[in-house]
This record gives sequence, C-alpha cells and structure tokens, in this order.
Amino acid sequence: MSAGALFLAVFLACAVEAVEATTIVLAAGTARDWRSAGYGAVAAIAVLGVAVAALGPAVTAIPTGALRLAIGGLLLLFGVRWLRKAVLRAGGITALHDEEEAFAVRLAAARRAASRRVGGVPDWYGFTLSFQGVLLEGTEVVFIVLTFGSNQHAIPLAAAAAGAAVLVVGGAGLAVRAPLARVPENTLKFLVGVMLSGFGTFWAAEGAGARWPGSDAALLVLLPGIAVIGLLLAAGLRRRGRARGGRGTVSGRTAEVG
Amino acid sequence: MGRRLRAMGQFAYGLVIGDDWGVALGLVAALALTAGVSRTAVPSWWVLPAALLVLLPVSVWRTARRGG
Repeated sequence: MSAGALFLAVFLACAVEAVEATTIVLAAGTARDWRSAGYGAVAAIAVLGVAVAALGPAVTAIPTGALRLAIGGLLLLFGVRWLRKAVLRAGGITALHDEEEAFAVRLAAARRAASRRVGGVPDWYGFTLSFQGVLLEGTEVVFIVLTFGSNQHAIPLAAAAAGAAVLVVGGAGLAVRAPLARVPENTLKFLVGVMLSGFGTFWAAEGAGARWPGSDAALLVLLPGIAVIGLLLAAGLRRRGRARGGRGTVSGRTAEVG
Repeated sequence: MGRRLRAMGQFAYGLVIGDDWGVALGLVAALALTAGVSRTAVPSWWVLPAALLVLLPVSVWRTARRGG
C-alpha cells in the first residue's frame, strides 16, 4: 500500500466521522456558547491524540504476522459493518443520515438545558455536548489510524491524514456555520467500507498464513470486486423496493451510491 | 460503575460487531478456516473473499426482508 493510498483511505474515513462530529459542535455552539463548544472539541481532539500517541508504539511492537491477523480481522469486521450500512441506505432500506435533521434535533435539546459555569468554561453543557460528540465519533478515527498506520508502519502519516480531514471538514463547518448536509456522506461511507473490507480481507488472510496470488496486486482485484458486490446489492434492493411499490423502503432523500 | 462498564461494553460491541453478529461470527470462522487450510498444500487465499461474497448479501437481504 503506497503512502498516497494510505493517506487517502484514512482521510476519507476520518472525513465521514468529522462531518457528524462537526454537526454536534455546531449545534453546541449555536444553541449554547461558541467558546465552550470550541473548548470541548479541542479537549476531545487532545484526548484522541494522546490515545494514538500512547497506543501507537504498543501496537507496532506486536510481531507482523499476529498484527496482520488481529488488525486485518478487526478492520474486516469494521469495514463490513460500514459497507452493510451504506448498502442498506443506498438501497432505501434504512434512511440516509440527514445532517440537517440531526442538527435540528441536537439544537432543540441543547436549548432546553440549563446553563452552568465551571472554571474557565462559560457553559458546561455546551462543553460536554461538544466533548462527548467529538470523542465518540473520534474513537472510530483512532481505530482507523492505528490499524492502517501500524500495518504500514506509518502511524504519523495516518495521524496526519486524520488531522487533515478534521481541519478540512471542521473548517468548512465553521466557515458556513451550518451542518454539512451537501457532503455525500453515504457515498463516502460506501467507499470507506470497501477499502476497510478489502484491506482487512487482504491483511487478515496474510496473517492467517495465506499467500495471495500476485501478492499486493491482488488488492487491484479485491477492492473493485467488493465495490461491485456492494453496488449490485444496493441496485437489487432498489429494484425490489420499486417492484413492491415502495413498501419496505424508506421515503425521503434520494439514495446516494450507484 | 457497573452501568458505565456495561455502556462501554455495548459501545465496543457496536463498534466492532454492529447490528448483525452472524456476519462477525461467519468472518471469524472463515479466518479460522483460512488458518487451517494454510497448514495444508491447498491455497487458502480464497476463503475470506468467498465468505464475504456469501455473508454480506445474506445479511443485507435478511435485514431488507425485516424492513430495515
């Protein structure tokens, strides 16, 4: 896996999570207090950074075979979960994630809560809402940085890709002061699901003792193959929904992907 | 404390296993089979892709039949 491919894979995966985290921080800032929401986001990013710095050396110390088996296996489970969710959304079985709706719900909840100053934080509710949102969404980012980075012995590069995604997405959210509803989130989720499943399959099988025909070139078949399966499944679900006259499918936003 | 541990356990379960534990179980079984076949003269690289080819469509169709 080249450095560029590693950067792109981690950047895309982290961008998806950053969109959801940005929505929460924007809701906390709009409804409560921007300074408190900012403190919460920065504190959570600092905790996540410490987690990567602390766990990174420990993970890379594991022997390569065992590391590939464990990391590849986890990545595969993780990737299939993302891919399955993206296919179900693209096929109209479950609703697409709606950032505007998520923003409105969080905004309403944040406006109801009472205000309380704690130390240098003007609004504790705004701080904790922002902190928890970024920390929860960021946990998946830490996992992706550690799995991709450790396997390629490039945790700093993976962390830089994650940081770039947070800066780009967070910066865009702050600039428009509105949820990033136009980001094709499900398409990104689908792409990341394909990448995580593909690399997970490749590394886990190698870790279990398999030898791929063509070595790394097998990925050039594996990744498009998984993408095609996902696209065919989504298309099949949409056709099934149309044949049933929309019964068993969600209405609302048009499905992305395919 | 117990509630917090349970919440952390649920978070970890959702993070790794997700909505369909059957897929996770199937993939772990396929990984074990890969390790087993790798000890023989038979190539074992095809086991995981084949498992993915079966498990993902089955899981998706099962969820679609339930209506999401």
